[in-house]
Amino acid sequence: MRVLIVAALAVMLPLAAHAEVVVTDPWARASILASRPGAAYVTAESDEDDRLIGASTPIADRVMIHAIETDANGIGRMVHRKTLDLPAGEAVDFAPGGMHLMLMGLSEKLVEGTTFPLTLHFEAAGEVTVNVPVLGVAASRLDEGSK
Amino acid sequence: MTTEFATRHLRRIRLVLWGVVTAVLLATGGALMMRSYLLPPTSEGISVEVATIGETDIRSEFTLMDHTGRAVTEADFTGRWQLVFFGFTHCPDICPTTLAYMASVLDLLGPDAERVVPLFITVDPARDTVPVMAEYVAAFHPRLVGLTGTEAQVAEAARNFRIWYERMDDENAPDGHMMAHAGHMYLMRPDGRFDDVFQEQDQSPQKMAGQVLARIQESQDVK
Ligand SMILES: [Cu+2]
Repeated sequence: MRVLIVAALAVMLPLAAHAEVVVTDPWARASILASRPGAAYVTAESDEDDRLIGASTPIADRVMIHAIETDANGIGRMVHRKTLDLPAGEAVDFAPGGMHLMLMGLSEKLVEGTTFPLTLHFEAAGEVTVNVPVLGVAASRLDEGSK
Repeated sequence: MTTEFATRHLRRIRLVLWGVVTAVLLATGGALMMRSYLLPPTSEGISVEVATIGETDIRSEFTLMDHTGRAVTEADFTGRWQLVFFGFTHCPDICPTTLAYMASVLDLLGPDAERVVPLFITVDPARDTVPVMAEYVAAFHPRLVGLTGTEAQVAEAARNFRIWYERMDDENAPDGHMMAHAGHMYLMRPDGRFDDVFQEQDQSPQKMAGQVLARIQESQDVK
């Protein structure tokens, strides 16, 4: 019996100590012209406080976390964030006009109807890879598809 | 001046200030360009001075090149309403989102769409050449007109529309460029004067189309 409890604890402890991040609703907009940066969007939610520390994909040289920040004068700027906090239980949304994952140095145009893998690196939860569908150039939200 | 009037007045002024678009163009060795000619207000201290260089001063005046390579000025579009958006083709987020939204609005205008000319003016003319603009605008709407020109011509157009943008260095950008801005669409009257400013996230395309139609209707009733 004691062995069982110890064994159960041994199994449970690492699980409890390990944050889990669920990444949903990934999408990217199709490229119009070659050699232009692309933007990908996801929703990420962690069961405990975690932090997005980077992202990568085999189809781009670099993926950067970008946020649009608007100052008191209404002037919007695309700001590079090194990390992004994920408070426990709070869904963090990447969406046009807010935050995006900027795909720099794309090896090819993003073609509507295709998909590509995107790996998000979290401080506690580690790596999460999602398959990102490429929607039409006019897409602005996942649910609207390529309207 | 009643409080209500003052509030409305301030709101209108703010609306215009929100209409300021900034493009951050990070060019190699680039210096700050086009410093503010529209002075940003101090947080709450919006002065009358700001109001006088506000919306009444925003006007559609430009000498540019359209995406077919034709030299154009505002005179080529007079008599029609204009829906104007400043951006650049390297912009990954707000520009495609706003242009797709503008295209939806145009479709929703129905037969009245003929009376509205959609203009996309680049603030990055060095890279957004005529053929680049042609390919880019075609992806959004058959009626979308892309405008480019020399740096000086674009700067002049931006100045007349009270669009503010800047260029900066950034060693982070792989090709020496990285840009951003907030997307505002200006509705300009057939005489080239400012009518209203819209942002994609503020209302559905249906609602904006309805508002544009209402403005067109109203101006007809006055005549
Ligand atoms: Cu970006």
